[in-house]
Amino acid sequence: MTAIRLRINSAAVADDVPPRLSLADFLRERRNLTGTHLGCEHGVCGACTVLVDGEPTRSCLMLAVTCDERAVETIEGFAGDPVIATLRRTFHQHHALQCGYCTPAMLITARDLILRKRAGSDREIRGGLAGNICRCTGYTNIVTAIAEAAQEIGKEAANAH
Amino acid sequence: MKAPAVDYVRPRSLAEAVDLLANASVDARLIAGGQSLLALMNLRLASPGLLIDIARLPELLGAVDDADGVTLGACITHAAIEDGRVADPSQGLMSKVASTLAHRAIRTRGTIGGSLALSDPAAEWPTVLAALDAEVSLCSANGGRSLKCTELATGIFATKLAENEIIESARVPMLSNDARWGYVKLARKSGEFADALAVVVTDPQRRYSRIVSGAANGAPLVLEDTSRLVGEGGRDADALRGAIGRDLDRASDRHFDEFQRNLHAIAAIRAVKQVLA
Repeated sequence: MTAIRLRINSAAVADDVPPRLSLADFLRERRNLTGTHLGCEHGVCGACTVLVDGEPTRSCLMLAVTCDERAVETIEGFAGDPVIATLRRTFHQHHALQCGYCTPAMLITARDLILRKRAGSDREIRGGLAGNICRCTGYTNIVTAIAEAAQEIGKEAANAH
Repeated sequence: MKAPAVDYVRPRSLAEAVDLLANASVDARLIAGGQSLLALMNLRLASPGLLIDIARLPELLGAVDDADGVTLGACITHAAIEDGRVADPSQGLMSKVASTLAHRAIRTRGTIGGSLALSDPAAEWPTVLAALDAEVSLCSANGGRSLKCTELATGIFATKLAENEIIESARVPMLSNDARWGYVKLARKSGEFADALAVVVTDPQRRYSRIVSGAANGAPLVLEDTSRLVGEGGRDADALRGAIGRDLDRASDRHFDEFQRNLHAIAAIRAVKQVLA
């Protein structure tokens, strides 16, 4: 067991973990944050994407021990986030999910694309989403929802200046 | 699947990491971004006894920029290079390459040193840094040494790294203002490893020109005849195709089948055309 201290969704957390425990399993099984989903467990499907120190990360390809002194944000931590709020609405309007298994990671990835200004066209969005697999929707509605959210947020930013 | 049981230690300095690696009584592996190692551990293809976490060692995170080149710490991430957060000696080549490497959520963790150490034939950095004539600095309990990136990889997942050595940094020479580069990655799906890679760098001011094929069933493959022809200013497409063909055929130890040979030839000619355009 190794002692770790980190921040999860802005709250300080301390725990003892076996080094083999992935960040994903730590979040789900120790912290009960089950919005982080596991598909492939080897970095291909993207369903387990969370933010580590502000950057999107595969939580199946990161050990909980290596998150000592880091900050982790999961989908549960975005309740008050304005970009996620817009995405949640456009995902709803455009029917951008069916089973919902990939959705938390789709939202986190889409938020990162929008904030890095990498959601300017359908082609760019599709490129940015290539690491997140959805087996229901065929992606079309997801891309539409992200494009609309990016446009709205871009307009708001322009009006604010 | 889940990773097998393993011990873990996070040294606070490079000297401590070197010491741990030299004195480990079990099979110790360095972990930086872990984007290949953890996938291999989850698939139970790797089961090291001890992980030595070097991802946040300050000695491995710096980028030192001078007139002749840039020294990039081994634990600089692909995303930092993609975003231009570290100095770029390559006129944009390295940033472009980083943006084609796996997916963003991999690039935020994976490191340039990790990629060189693993030496996956289809990975981008071994091929690109060979084309840029970069060299790596290695350190161990016995001291340090440097190696050209063209010499570091010896085969598929094989390098000249000793068991107790750590890649400290990669030194990339500064390209002149009128240097040109070409980069082609052929892969069936975005974010996949390449089926064929080709990187061309020409820098007339430094009398330098090199074309390297990657994902070439072994270490990065320098196409010697083609490099020379491009350096001499050769522009004739048939002559260039001929040189590429000779270079690929000479590499008989790579056992290219017809499809692979064709892919590498196409990647190479497209990359050369980017330089000539």
